[in-house]
Amino acid sequence: MANFRIAVHITPRKGLLDPQGNAVKGALQTLGFQSVKEAHVGRYIILEIDAYDAIAAEETVTDMCRKLLANPVTEDFEIESAVHA
Amino acid sequence: MKFGIVTFPGSNCDYDAYHAITEVLGEEAIYLWHKDHDLQSSDVIILPGGFSYGDYLRAGAIARFSPIMQEVIAHAKAGGPVLAICNGFQIACEAGLLPGALMRNSHLQFVSDAVRMRVENTDTMFTNLYERGEVLRIPVAHGDGRFVASEETLDQLEGDGRVVFRYADATGKITPQANPNGSERNIAGIVNDAGNVLGLMPHPERACSPLLGSSDGVRLLESILTKVAA
Repeated sequence: MANFRIAVHITPRKGLLDPQGNAVKGALQTLGFQSVKEAHVGRYIILEIDAYDAIAAEETVTDMCRKLLANPVTEDFEIESAVHA
Repeated sequence: MKFGIVTFPGSNCDYDAYHAITEVLGEEAIYLWHKDHDLQSSDVIILPGGFSYGDYLRAGAIARFSPIMQEVIAHAKAGGPVLAICNGFQIACEAGLLPGALMRNSHLQFVSDAVRMRVENTDTMFTNLYERGEVLRIPVAHGDGRFVASEETLDQLEGDGRVVFRYADATGKITPQANPNGSERNIAGIVNDAGNVLGLMPHPERACSPLLGSSDGVRLLESILTKVAA
C-alpha cells in the first residue's frame, strides 16, 4: 500500500444554467475583461488515499465521485492523475 | 397516526412540522435523531427544512448517508409515505427517492417570501383534499431551490402526472415572474413513481394558521390522514 494524492475537479454540467458562472463572467466584464466569453464555478477537492498503485487510487476516487462527490444529474467530474503523497 | 420527523444537525423546521402535526392536525409526532436506526413505528416520515450538515458539498448530499436515512429509504421503498419539505426535498433527490436535483436559485439570492403554487394533480395521497387548479399561498425560504432534471425526465414527470405543484400567479397562470428560483417548468413539487414520496420546496407546515398569513398547507397534511387511514 502507498499513499496517493488525487485532485478532483467538479463542474456544473455543460448546457445547464450556471448562475454563479454568469455572475463571475459579468463581474469580470464590468472590470474591463471584455475578452471573457464563459466562466464556470465548480469545486476542487484534494484527497489523500491509500492504494496499491495509482490506477487503483484513481478507480477508487472515480467511485467516490459517482457515489458522493459529484451529483450525476447536474455535475461533471474529472480526476487528475494520482501522485505519491 | 404517528408522524416521525427526522432531525439532522442543521434542521430548523422540525419544530414547525411538529407543531403542525400535533397542534393543528391533533396527531402524534415524534422526533427521529439522524443517528438512530429505528423509525419507531412511524406511519409517515417528514424530512423537514433546514441546512442539514451545513449544506456542505451540496444541499442534502451528506444527510443522505445518515443512519436514519437508510431506514427512511427502506420505508419509502415499501410504500410508506414520506413528505420531504425544502431541505428534505434536496435530501430526497440526493438519496434517489425522487428524480432530478435542486440547484442554486437562478438569481443567486436567498428567497424568503410567500409564493403561490397551483395544484396540478389531486389524485395523490398528499393532495386529495384540494381542487385541481387551486392556487395556494405558501411560504418559501431557500437558496438552492431551482428544480432541474433532464428533458426526458421532465417529460416523463409531466406525462405521468407527477408534477404535483407548480409556481403560478394569483390567477393560476404559470409565468416566469411567478417562479421564485428559476425551476424548470415552474415545478414546485413532485411525487415519485409510486406516489408515496412528495418533495416540494414551499413549506406547507408553515402555512397552517390564518394568524401566520395562510392555512393553505393544512389540507396537504389532512390529505395524508384520509389516504393512509383509509
